Amino acid sequence: MKFTGTDTYVATDDLKIAVNAAATLKRPLLIKGEPGTGKTVLAEEVARSFDTELIEWHIKSTTKAQQGLYEYDAVSRLRDSQLGDERVKDIRNYIKRGKLWEAFTAGGTPVLLIDEIDKADIEFPNDLLLELDRMEFHVYETGETVKAKERPIVIITSNNEKELPDAFLRRCFFHYIKFPERETMLDIVAVHYPNIQKDLVREALNIFYDMREVPGLKKKPSTSELLDWLKLLMAEELPLEVLQSRDPNKLVPPLHGALLKNEQDVHLFERLAFMNRRQQQKG
Amino acid sequence: MFIDFFYALRDARLPVSIKEYLTLLEALKAGCASYKVDDFYYLSRAAFIKDEKNLDKFDRVFAKVFEGIEFIADDPSADIPEEWLRKMAELYLTPEEMAEIEALGDWDEIMETLKKRLEEQKERHEGGNKWIGTGGKSPFGAYGYNPAGVRIGQKEGRHGRAIKVWDKREYRNLDDSVELGTRNIKVALRKLRQFARTGEPEVLDIDNTIRATAHKGYLDLKMIPERHNAVKVLIFFDIGGSMDSHIRVCEELFSAARTEFKHLEFFYFHNCLYERVWKDNRRRHNEYLSTMDVLHTYPHDYKVIFVGDASMSPYEILYPGGSVEHWNEESGEVWMRRLLDVYSKAIWLNPIPETHWGYSQSTEIMKNLMEGRMFPLTIAGIDGAIKELKR
Repeated sequence: MKFTGTDTYVATDDLKIAVNAAATLKRPLLIKGEPGTGKTVLAEEVARSFDTELIEWHIKSTTKAQQGLYEYDAVSRLRDSQLGDERVKDIRNYIKRGKLWEAFTAGGTPVLLIDEIDKADIEFPNDLLLELDRMEFHVYETGETVKAKERPIVIITSNNEKELPDAFLRRCFFHYIKFPERETMLDIVAVHYPNIQKDLVREALNIFYDMREVPGLKKKPSTSELLDWLKLLMAEELPLEVLQSRDPNKLVPPLHGALLKNEQDVHLFERLAFMNRRQQQKG
Repeated sequence: MFIDFFYALRDARLPVSIKEYLTLLEALKAGCASYKVDDFYYLSRAAFIKDEKNLDKFDRVFAKVFEGIEFIADDPSADIPEEWLRKMAELYLTPEEMAEIEALGDWDEIMETLKKRLEEQKERHEGGNKWIGTGGKSPFGAYGYNPAGVRIGQKEGRHGRAIKVWDKREYRNLDDSVELGTRNIKVALRKLRQFARTGEPEVLDIDNTIRATAHKGYLDLKMIPERHNAVKVLIFFDIGGSMDSHIRVCEELFSAARTEFKHLEFFYFHNCLYERVWKDNRRRHNEYLSTMDVLHTYPHDYKVIFVGDASMSPYEILYPGGSVEHWNEESGEVWMRRLLDVYSKAIWLNPIPETHWGYSQSTEIMKNLMEGRMFPLTIAGIDGAIKELKR
């Protein structure tokens, strides 16, 4: 069982090695990288390539580690007890399974995605140490121990908003998805839009990488933005010449809304275009 | 097996432990890497390195252990920041010139020329950092030809050997003493959070509700105020003059702080703190606040952050009337002490690299006044500063 990328996901060699190491040893794989470089998508693709179930656990600032294991719904039990419901006698009716429980008891080797772990409280990763290490936990209310039949492949993504504790990191493999180089990017585009004209892609990539080089951009456009933009270009059926014309009057590329996500950046671009024009008039 | 490599990593101060070492061995045993060196490099990187800021260091150690080659950093040109390179190429090689050299046929020559000029430049500017902030010159139009593509540190061709993956050192930007963006600053500042429950009770307090319900015998809902960040911060920005070249990083710090702290007050001063501060730089000569009022308005539990390069004539700190802008009755030192007496939690962030502080007498004086609590305005520096504020 080896992960080699899929027909919709281009994986670099280093990423393949990291995924395979994590999948073989059944250790969690921590993925970091610029937003929009395909961290979350990776889990989906790994699940698809291994042909197993994907269990997604999206973390928010209010998520607690316990919610991943199970939750005891005290409030509804309280309400049921006031209404005299029969269910109230069995505490198991009020234990809600969390995503980790789901992953431990699912058949086969599921892929568990813990998305954006850095969004949670600082103690969150520490609270999951033992559970991820041994892949088992104890349910106090019922006294049972949930143990993974088959250790799931755990993929964890982080956007670097918080540093993760050392003890947690030591148990993971780590991979930093760096921004794809031109070659890789061509592959990625080919995988997503196989029918797109070669010339269009080349011109679009030129503009795209030029844009990433512009100093002072607040948010550099990333892979997912490039793909969106290409989709738009295709939908609008813009002629190739529009992209090719390096007309200084139109320095801001067509349909730039897909690439530049805030008005300061658009503004910066317009200003640069203006300066460029003036320079050309002088020269 | 690979024990030397492990110790080399430890010697380079990379945070690797026995756990990771054993993981690597286990992975090797399980056949995760074939016998290709590249595979081994990727695998050991995934096992040992847990933070992208360490990737660059790891690459260097790897290169040293497995190639027996010299440290890449020992190459004089290797440490020249990417940023310089780009600007240098723009300033010193016009596109025509580049085209010309290229037309002559040899890519190496461009690199040689560029390198020569870089070295000249490096010597001339040693110790100063006037380079930062001159970026206004970079025209977007010139970027079609991207000189950053010339990776001087790699020495491809000149030494006649192919580039190994780890020799590319692609991760150099991510070192945490270099890059600074609002997002990073926010994360650094976030560590200063202190949560407290104040205001309207609007969240259900389940524990208390259960207790109260058990007590009374019917459902008794209890509410509790939501938790939010209760840390209070005063920021004093040095503005104008020598600070102009640091305006961008100050802006970033400011906007990050604005979103991170609910109780944030900011004031401007020039060079050193005296009897008045202001909130609007355009009307600074008319609308100012007395520093005394600031001391009286904000209670002592506010945390104080100064942002400034502390580069001025020592007179401006030490003597009455030393200010360059107005006549001050009392010296800056007196005012600094007065402020620090009220606010025990105070730090100074300095945009100038720490290595240069020793060259400026006023920086040393200011640092002593702050009892050593002066930090460079980098992510690592802010981290240190926040730790100090939290103590």
